[in-house]
Order: sequence, then structure tokens, then C-alpha cells
Amino acid sequence: MELLVASAIGILTAGGLYLVLRLRTFPVILGMSLLTYAVNVFLFASGRLTTGAPPVLREGMTTYSDPLPQALVLTAIVISFGMTAVVVMIGLGAFLGSNDDHVDDRPEGEDDVTEGTA
Amino acid sequence: MSLFFIVALPFFGALLPGLMNAAGRSACAGVTFTVSLAAFIGLLTNLPSVLAGDVLTARIDWMPSLGLNFTLMLDGLGFFFAFLILGIGLLIIAYARHYLSRDDNMGEFFTYLLLFQGAMVGIVLSDNILLLLVFWELTSLSSFLLIGYWKHLPEGRQGARMALAVTGMGGLAMIAGMLMLGQIAGSYDLSVILENRALIQTDPLYTPALVLILLGCFTKSAQFPFHFWLPHAMAAPTPVSAYLHSATMVKAGIFLMARMWPVLSGTPEWFVIVTTAGLVTMVLGAVIALFKHDLKALLAFSTVSHLGLITMLLGTGTAFGAMAAMFHILNHATFKAALFMSAGIIDHETHTRDIRRLGGLRRLMPVTFVIATLAALSMAGIPFLNGFLSKEMMLEEATHTVLFGTPWLVPALAISGSLFSAAYCFRLIGHTFFGPVRDDYPSNPHDPGPGLWLPPSILVTLVVVIGMAPFLAEPFVKLVTASVLGNAAELPKAYFKIWHGLVPALFMSVAAVVGGLLVMVVFTPLLRLWETTPRPEAKAIFDALVATAVRLARGLILPLHNGAFTRYAAIGAITIVAAGFHAWKTGTVAPPTREVQAAGPVLVAGWLMLVAATGGLVFMHRNRFFSLILIGIVGLMVSIGFIFFSAPDLAMTQFTVEVVTIILLLLALNFLPKRTPMESSVLRRVRDAGVAAIGGLATFTLAYHYLLRDAVGTPISEFHLANSYKGGGGTNVVNVILVDFRGFDTYGEIIVLGIAALLIYALTETLLGGRVRARLLNRKPDQQRAGEMHPMMMVVLTRVIMPLVLMVGFYIFLRGHNEPGGGFIAGLIVSIAVVMQYMASGFAWASARLKYPYHGVIGAGVLIAGLTGIGSWFVGKPFLTSDFTYVRIPPFEKFELATAALFDLGVFLAVVGAVMLSLESFSRLARRAHMPESEHPMDIDPSRDDPPHLETGPAREGA
Repeated sequence: MELLVASAIGILTAGGLYLVLRLRTFPVILGMSLLTYAVNVFLFASGRLTTGAPPVLREGMTTYSDPLPQALVLTAIVISFGMTAVVVMIGLGAFLGSNDDHVDDRPEGEDDVTEGTA
Repeated sequence: MSLFFIVALPFFGALLPGLMNAAGRSACAGVTFTVSLAAFIGLLTNLPSVLAGDVLTARIDWMPSLGLNFTLMLDGLGFFFAFLILGIGLLIIAYARHYLSRDDNMGEFFTYLLLFQGAMVGIVLSDNILLLLVFWELTSLSSFLLIGYWKHLPEGRQGARMALAVTGMGGLAMIAGMLMLGQIAGSYDLSVILENRALIQTDPLYTPALVLILLGCFTKSAQFPFHFWLPHAMAAPTPVSAYLHSATMVKAGIFLMARMWPVLSGTPEWFVIVTTAGLVTMVLGAVIALFKHDLKALLAFSTVSHLGLITMLLGTGTAFGAMAAMFHILNHATFKAALFMSAGIIDHETHTRDIRRLGGLRRLMPVTFVIATLAALSMAGIPFLNGFLSKEMMLEEATHTVLFGTPWLVPALAISGSLFSAAYCFRLIGHTFFGPVRDDYPSNPHDPGPGLWLPPSILVTLVVVIGMAPFLAEPFVKLVTASVLGNAAELPKAYFKIWHGLVPALFMSVAAVVGGLLVMVVFTPLLRLWETTPRPEAKAIFDALVATAVRLARGLILPLHNGAFTRYAAIGAITIVAAGFHAWKTGTVAPPTREVQAAGPVLVAGWLMLVAATGGLVFMHRNRFFSLILIGIVGLMVSIGFIFFSAPDLAMTQFTVEVVTIILLLLALNFLPKRTPMESSVLRRVRDAGVAAIGGLATFTLAYHYLLRDAVGTPISEFHLANSYKGGGGTNVVNVILVDFRGFDTYGEIIVLGIAALLIYALTETLLGGRVRARLLNRKPDQQRAGEMHPMMMVVLTRVIMPLVLMVGFYIFLRGHNEPGGGFIAGLIVSIAVVMQYMASGFAWASARLKYPYHGVIGAGVLIAGLTGIGSWFVGKPFLTSDFTYVRIPPFEKFELATAALFDLGVFLAVVGAVMLSLESFSRLARRAHMPESEHPMDIDPSRDDPPHLETGPAREGA
């Protein structure tokens, strides 16, 4: 079980990293989503893996899964939605503004040096 | 009035001028004047206790752990400077009202001025050096805004930038110096530091701290070699020059030297550095001033020279020197501000400040002539005017000062400084006011209205009164001097009087004035000589330095930070892995303490699907629609994983977030290309795959290792599990953590979420306002459009289902405290219900039925959550302390009422608002792009490319 979860985290990270390194906005956003899954599962797993013991108090139960990482990851999931939305909006705005969805910004020439020194 | 109010008034008052802008220029100046006057009167109410020798303090602990406290102190020195700042400030405000033209934005000007005033008062009243630093930097920033106030003038912008660069750098040095000083003294409170003279002066860090602090003072007070920024700052409007660059800001460095005088002065280091800098500045400034043709430049260099004089006096380290310095600060502030205002009047009336184009103004502008002449003669050191008194004290002090073992050095330099000082004053008077009346002034000069000449004449009255009756100023100056000296030295016995007998200072004074007159006689050949002598141009040197710094920075940054996002991502990933690897190699890893649990077939199947979807995503990401399906599968598998590993709340959240994320991405994809072209080379893909594999392997190893080991310490979750029901009143521990134990975190998070949504909204607005709008309007959809804009099945279904979903949301919300659920999840569920209406019935239809704007919903959520938190203050508990009780209302079962539910309601509203505002913003873009939408749902789109061949035509039965 541990092996499966750990390897899932690794595979999600690897896939996410590969997509983040692509040149267009859309795959980069997908890659970041994959990385978000990986990070969330990673954080969640820091509470170790427990089956059949949700952290809802019951009479007679003594073991529960660790609630704290769950609470933290819950808000992380919601916040990551906000972050994705902002990044998508920025990417979309850039594309609509320039008709180009490359993420790499080629540095411009040295022509604006003088302004900074005047 | 409390010291806090005196400091806070200008800052809060700074909000007003901008608001009053529409009410007219007089109202704008009037409100500024009132604010300053209130602070001034507040200061005066403290006069009796200052005169009695008390030191008033006011204290609020801000960050005691860092030694940073909001501590204010008012003693003689602080009162003196605050009096100058607020008093001259009042005159400047009155003057500026008449000086600024109709084109100038007066509200903006007075806002900056009040900010500056507050920062200055803050400096002189601070009792904590860290607080002082904060105000110090604020003066740099606000003076930047004031100098660059005329944004259309390139000199203004450059001067502002130069002033900010120089004083800002000095400020940085001073921060370091002050931190050292605080380390040595063991406290950042001035009152403590000032008591520890011996401790500080014997510390090995004394010299570096001194040098760094002096760097700050010298840059601020324009001492050589940092004097060059001040003349360039003269591009500011004249009220600014008169206020900042004669009376207040440039005195901040001197103030600080005076404040630190008891602990820093008296050592050879102090004496050599401060006296030399002061002397050089005094002579150099006076010489340059003589040859300047611009009235304001002349005054600027003369200010540099006089600041040098005061610095030199403080540098001598004697009590008499300190007293002379304080007296000269007072005198200089009066005559120099008056001179600047006169220069402003001349500029205002003749439209030139060039001395060569002036002359003969004596007859045309008699009032200005009297004011400027009296002030200039005082500056020249003519008896019966106040400048004479302090200048003679300076010369007296100079005769007793021995620098570098040469007794004649200081007196000789002091005389030559005074000589040139007298000379430029005579030139100022002679070449501006005397001589024949000309007929080629750029404008027709005449005296202005009293609004412009009254403020400087008040100052000139002081110049004469102090000059004639120095004993009037004596007790006050001695009081100030006493607070400068502290316990470090005795107050000098000397009296202020015009006639001291035939003392050396008198002869030196006479020599200087006569010499000054002689220089005027031979001025024309001297000027020719000056113009042929090559001199280093400070601005060119400064520009070259800046250019070099920029080049170095570019050389360093551009290879790393070249705008290529992929490069940052790759560098970042590899660095993180390398750091982790280093930690791994150098740390210790304990043997596994947990058993590997067996994996059932369900888990394996889920894992396989997740891996397949991720792999598919990587290999097929070029097809963007398909990749959305795949990422949906990944999200679904993760949700199922959460359920499997006992995290029902997480699963519900992940699942609902998945839905809204996919909708969001679909909306975006509507505009983006539908395929990603193949661009990167094989080599690049191999490299990226390598980085990805390394990163994946690293996270896998790390995760696998800690999954097999127990936590090193006891997890705090034990506490949460034990107290969830007892203390929080809920059995769903995750929800209790969110709304109770870590409610403050959650509060922050909903605010972040709200900000993100507002940001998206703002970006949409910007896009729709710019040139993107035209592009969107002309855009042709690249996909074939559906025949049915609002499919009837879907419309009916979503409307029927809406109350059901809302009820589910309500149920999930209510059960959240005890069962999986809560505000976050309920918010997402309700959002989905609303989004479905948008999708099925159209944007216009759904928006028309929207009662509350989503901004308001976010705001209400944050507000409700915040008020719930504040509510606990009323029962004397800290922010966000929750309470609950059980009630029973027949015929219902006993149920719980918890304040946490209110907080959760805030969370719920914020989530709904944020999610909906984001999605709505995206669909607003789409709305611009397409045809005007019909008010009616269930339409058949008549504008479709391939109209149906049936005879029935467009149907409109669904309205």
C-alpha cells in the first residue's frame, strides 16, 4: 500500500514536472495541476496511511486517521483552485493580448538600458 | 495632546486633501492647513512640561520580541525640531496654495506633503531607533514623491530618482549601523542607548556603527561627498525646496547627529570624520554657490554649505559647539526658508530664476526686495540679524578647534567659508535687485499678493527680532542644547549677545564680510576663471556609477532570469532535489518502524488508472480536450484514494473542486488553441524527461521513507482528537480543526481565495477594456457551434435539480461539524448548482436572476467570519474563540448551536462567491466573443453555419 501511494506521488510529480517544462501555457497549467495533486497527496500522506478510520469521533473507536494533514490539505485543495484560476486567467490574457501562448519570454535587446540610468 | 496624535495627525490627514480636491484649491489647502495646525497646537500644549525640563514619553509595545516598540519621546530637541517642521510647514502650506498653478493637482501635492510632515515628526519624536528608521525611510519615499511632483519634467524625475538613490543607500547603511548600536547597548530604545556612552564607545563595533550611521546622516544632510543630490532636487516646486531642502528633511541627518551626540561624539573618530566632512562641505558648497546662476541652485549650494557648518560644529564635540549648532539650525531655518520662498516669488513673477536675466527688481518688487535682502544679509553674517550671532559663535568655536595638529586650519577654512558665503549673498542681492531696471524680463514683474509674501515675511520678522534681541532666543536654545548634551557635558555659560568685545571672532567676521565685498568687485574675472577650470561633474559620475551597477546587475541576472519560464522551472526543480539530496546524505535515517500494509485489488486498480491517466496525459497532452478528460480521471482517482485512506472530507472537496476546475479549463480552452504544436527538440524532451524522472524519483523516495516510519515527535493531532468534542463541540475533527482550532488559518485562506477571485475579475475587466476587446468581438469560433444553444433536456433537468442540490448543500453544511461536510464543501456544491444554471440556461438568463453580486458575497463571507471572531472579544476571549451549547425546542431532538457554525457560514459564502466570480469572469469573456445572447433559454441558434433544411424555422417556444 505504502509503495503504491509513494509511487503514485512520484509519478504525479514526474508527469507534472515534465508538463511544467513544456513551452505553451496550457500544458504548463496541466502540469501544475498534476504537481498540486502530488503535493496534496504527499502532505496528506504525512499523516501516514490508515484505512477504515475516518477522523469522525465514534463511541468505542480508539484509532483514527490523523486529522491535521487532512484539514490542511482540504484548504490547500480549495486554494489551489483559486491559484489555478488566476494562472489560467493570466495565461488567457497573455494569449488574447499577443496571440501567442508561449511561456518563455525572449529577453529584449539592450535598448532600454539608458532609461534606467538617466 | 498625546504624542501619538501629533505623529498620527499628518498621516491620517493625508487622506483628506485628495478627497477635497473636487471642492476646490482653497478647500484643499485649508484642510491641509487645519490638519497641520491641529498637530502644531497639539505640540504647543506640551510646551509647559518641556520648558519645565520634563521628557514626555508615550509607549505601545509593537514587537517586543524584536525590541521594536512604538515609543515616542518629547524633549527639548524633539520639541525644537517638531516646532520647526510643523511651524514652517504651516507657512509652506499657505505659500503653496498661492504658488501652485491651476494645472497642478493640489490634492496630490498636499497628500505627499502631509505624509512627509508626519514622517519627519515621527523621526524627531521617536524614542526607538528601529521606529526612527521606519520614519527615516518614509521621509526618503515621500520626498521622492514631492521632488518628482512635476512628473512632466525630466529634471524632476531624475532629481527625485537621484535623491532617493542617495538617501536610500544612506538609509540602508544607517539601518546596519543602528542594528549594531542596538546590539551593543542591548536595547533599541534611545533613552537606554543614550545612557550607555562608556559601554558604546569602548565596544569594538563602535567605529563601524559610527561610520554607518554617519553615512545615513551625511547622505540625508547632503554632506560632501554626497552633497550633489540636493541641487538636483531643486527641480521640485519651490514650496518643496523651501520646506524639505532648507528647513526640515536635510536637517534630519543633523538632528540624528545631535540626538546621538551624547553617545557617539567626543571620540577622535567622530571628531575627524564629522568635522572634516563639515568643513569641506561648508567651503565647497559656498564656493560653488557663488558661481551658480540659477537662484535656486545658488540657494541649494548655500544650504549645503550651511549644513556643513552645522555638521562641523557638532563634530567639534564641545558643548559650546553643540549650542552654536542648535542656534544656527534655528537661524538657518528662518532665513533660508524665507529666501527660498522669495526665490519662488521671483520665479513666479518674472518666469525666470536665472540671475543673469534679472536685476533692478528693487523698484519693481519692493516687498520681495526687503524680505530677500534682510534674509540674505542675515545669511551673510551682518550684525543685528540672527545669522550674524550664530556665525560668530561658529567662528569662535573654530578658533578653539585643532584639526590634524594644525591650529590655523579650521579657523582659515571657517573664514574662507564665511567669506564665500558673504560673497554669494551679496551677489544674490546685488544681481537680482540692484542695477538698472531691464526691459527684457520674460514676464512683467511686480509684487505678488500677500498669500505669497506673508509667509516669508513672518520668517524675516523672526530673523530681525532674534538678531536684535538675542536674549529672547537664548533660554529656548539653551533648553534645546541641554537635551542634546544629556548627561554627557555641562551646559556652556556663554550668553547670546551682539557685542562680545574685540574678540578674534569679530575680526574674522569683519574679514569675511570685507572679503566677500572684494570678491564681488572682481566677480567677473573670477567667473571667467571658474568657467575655464575643469571640474568633476557630480551628476556624470553618479550616472556612470548607476550605469555600471545596472550593467553588473544585468550581467548577473540575465543569464539566470531571462524571461524563460521553463528555465526557472528546471533550475528550481534541480536545486530542490539537490538540496534534498544533500540533506539526505548528511542526515540520519532511522530503520522502518511501520509494517508495510497489504494492498487489495481495489487499490491496485485505482493506482493503475491513475498511472495510466498520468502517462496518457504526458504522452497525449497535445490534444488539449483529451488531456482534460485524463486529468479528470487523475482527480477522480485521487478523490477515491482519499476515501480509501479515511479522509471523507478531502474526497468530497477534491471531487467538487475537480468539477469546477474542469469547467474553468473548458471555458479557457474555448479561446486557446485546441492543440499544442510539437516544438521542442528531441534533446530538449530527453532533458525534460530526465529532470522529471529525477524529481519524481526524489519525491517517491522521500514519501516511501516516511510512510514506513512513525513521526519523530508526538503528533499534535492527539490534542485535536482529544479536545474536538469536549472543547469544540463537534465530532468531525477535520471540520473542528478548520473552524475552531485553526480558525485563524482558515480565515486567512478564505481571504486569499477572495483576493484571487477579485484578481481574476480585475484582469477580466482590464482585458475587456483594452485592445483585446476588439479582438474578442471579431473572433470567429474555431469549433462548430451547437445547434441548440440551450438544450431543453439540460435546462429542464438543471432547474428541477437546483432546489435539490441546494438542499444537499444545506445538509452538508449543517452536518459538517459532526459528520463529513462543512462550509468549504457546501460552498463548492452550491457553486456547482449555480454554474449548472449558467451552462444550461445561458449567461444572460442566469445573471438576470442573480440578486447579489459575487463580490458582495465574498465580502459578506469574510465579514461574517471576521465578526464571529471579533465576537469573542466581547466576552474577554481572544479572537475566534468559539463557544457552543445544546438546546432543545420541542418537538425536535436536542441539537447543538455553535459559534463555529457562523464562522463556517462565512467560509461557505466566501467559497461560493470566489468560485462563482472566477467562473463568471471567464464566461464574461466568452460572452463578448459570441453573438448577443437571447433572453430566452432553450433557443435554437438561427445564426448557425449549417441551418437546418426543415421548413419550421427557428423555434421560440421555450420562453
